[in-house]
Amino acid sequence: MNTNRLFNILVPLISVVTGLLAGAFIMLGFGYNPITGYIALWNGALGDVYYFGETIRQVTPYVLTGLAVAFAFRSGLLNIGAEGQVIVGWLAAVWIGTAVEAPMYIHLPLAIIVAALAGAFWGFIPGLLKASRGVHEVIITIMLNYTALYSANAVVRSVLSDNEDKTPDVAATASLASEWFQNMTYFSRMHYGIFIALFAAVIMWFIIERTSLGYELKSVGFNEYASKYAGMSVKRNIILSMVIAGAFAGLAGAMEGLGTFGYMSVQSGFNNLGFDGIAVALLGANTAIGVVLAAFLFGALKVGALNMPTEAGVPTELVDVIIALIIFFVASSYIIRWVILRFKKEEK
Amino acid sequence: MGFVDLLQSIIPPALFFSAPLIFTALGGVFSERSGVINIGLEGLMVMGAFVGIVFNLTFADVFGSWTPWVSIIAAAIVSAIFSLIHAVAAVSFRADQVVSGVAINFLALGLGVFLTKQWYDRGQTDMVSQQFFTRDFSLLGDIPIIGEIFFQGIYLTSYLAIVLAFVAWYVLYKTPFGLRLRSVGEHPMAADTNGINVYKMRYVAVILSGALGGLGGSVFALTIALNFSHATIVGQGFMSLAAVIFGKWHPLGAMGAALFFGFAQSLSVISGGVPVLEDVPQVFLLIAPYVLTILALAGFIGRAEAPRANGEPYIKGTR
Repeated sequence: MNTNRLFNILVPLISVVTGLLAGAFIMLGFGYNPITGYIALWNGALGDVYYFGETIRQVTPYVLTGLAVAFAFRSGLLNIGAEGQVIVGWLAAVWIGTAVEAPMYIHLPLAIIVAALAGAFWGFIPGLLKASRGVHEVIITIMLNYTALYSANAVVRSVLSDNEDKTPDVAATASLASEWFQNMTYFSRMHYGIFIALFAAVIMWFIIERTSLGYELKSVGFNEYASKYAGMSVKRNIILSMVIAGAFAGLAGAMEGLGTFGYMSVQSGFNNLGFDGIAVALLGANTAIGVVLAAFLFGALKVGALNMPTEAGVPTELVDVIIALIIFFVASSYIIRWVILRFKKEEK
Repeated sequence: MGFVDLLQSIIPPALFFSAPLIFTALGGVFSERSGVINIGLEGLMVMGAFVGIVFNLTFADVFGSWTPWVSIIAAAIVSAIFSLIHAVAAVSFRADQVVSGVAINFLALGLGVFLTKQWYDRGQTDMVSQQFFTRDFSLLGDIPIIGEIFFQGIYLTSYLAIVLAFVAWYVLYKTPFGLRLRSVGEHPMAADTNGINVYKMRYVAVILSGALGGLGGSVFALTIALNFSHATIVGQGFMSLAAVIFGKWHPLGAMGAALFFGFAQSLSVISGGVPVLEDVPQVFLLIAPYVLTILALAGFIGRAEAPRANGEPYIKGTR
């Protein structure tokens, strides 16, 4: 038990360190100074309050998409569909934000809740198909990602705007933007959404660790058949898990629509919030606290990367390579465990 | 517009759009038949497109009009090597295959754009000068009606893809190698007991999928995109994966599905000139392949059964 705990902390740490080391070697290989490169990364992520604000802005949706993947994973489902769930959530939030007129204490919660519902619906479809027909959720969610992308673009163009590439801004009563945060961080795009994201993490922890629903969800994840014989409804749990996961991702969309941007534009491709969420969840070992920590790391890496070309001449994409390598190492944790055990044996 | 004209305006673009999907989907069939899920098809296509374009730009003077052919071979080789990462993670390190595939996608795009910026100082490469061109087949093209529809203004790569699908079918279903490959995907322990090297077969299958994904990506790049940037391959790999499943993990089924997806894609491009389709909003044509796949999987078009051991790492000595 104790060694398991140790592994759960050691594996992500070793993966991150190896990923960063590999990044350093790549920089060396292409004639950059890795120290300058990483200093640029650090400055770009946490160097001053503006960058710090931008990092928090990026962390906010990462926490939520990370939760969306992690939550589904706890019941043995791989939610590749966070990407599409983010898009429908974003669209729903902006729709309510632009079309409804109401005082803030109704408008803002309404927009956020509708976004969560939209994401939940987008998660419900694969959940239902998995539960009733045994269709693999990975394929359905991938297909739904593209369906969401193209449909949302069409809605933005022809319903929410007059054939333009972006919707009007959401009403001030539905905006998460925070003057207070902006003033504090030299007008970064940091917004109140971070509180929602952290609150969502608490909710996930509560559901998973403190309710019978969470117990059932985990149980289904460990062993479907045993859960069934124990009298749990596997189908109901699979659907619920995807619905809740979808709601988290829908919230991430609301963060973009009501906070960071305040509108939705036509997107030529995915913004990768959902795919990055997989990395976040994996590194965070699918726990709420782990997801928050991993979201901070990846948020800082992503935002810091934008500073690397100007300060050190290193292309931004280096960070994507580093993140990919970190995922590899975490996914291949078997080999890391094996190496650690090897070392332990030799000590004895 | 007559019916023949209609077919003539639909079929060549459909073949043109589906060729990259067929190549990549065949790769997916090999990998998944051996029991290794390959979400990384997208990344393998990205790698193929990147190598195809860079090789083409670099060696256009050396190989002249043969450049595109040499380029797709180079792309297939590099992508095959690149897919080794997935093979090592999925087969030897027992990683979650879906996750490792996702990592392949990240890595290919990251590396591709990183190296593009490194070598071309901006986010995209120049346009290639030696791309694939359409051609009219001299004898077959003279056949009335059929010739006009199928053999004029066609890329040779489209036919290469279709031929390759039949080759893949033959290899998988008519040779000992194919039988072994399928058996490690259905019941690796039984295969192991019969003296088949499960790990080796799976490595070979993943490498084949890398080569075919590389072919698909480079063919896409050298017929449709003509340069490389972060937006060259956007979803074609995932669509190929859909074709694998839609085609029930059968090479010819996958080819049929890929042809259908290519057809659906070409509809959204050429719909302006086709009577009925003119009035259909483009978004419906764009989402058609994906929605149809979902419906197919939901059982409305017939149940799809994955290879039994798909996604499960084989650990020697476990039951």
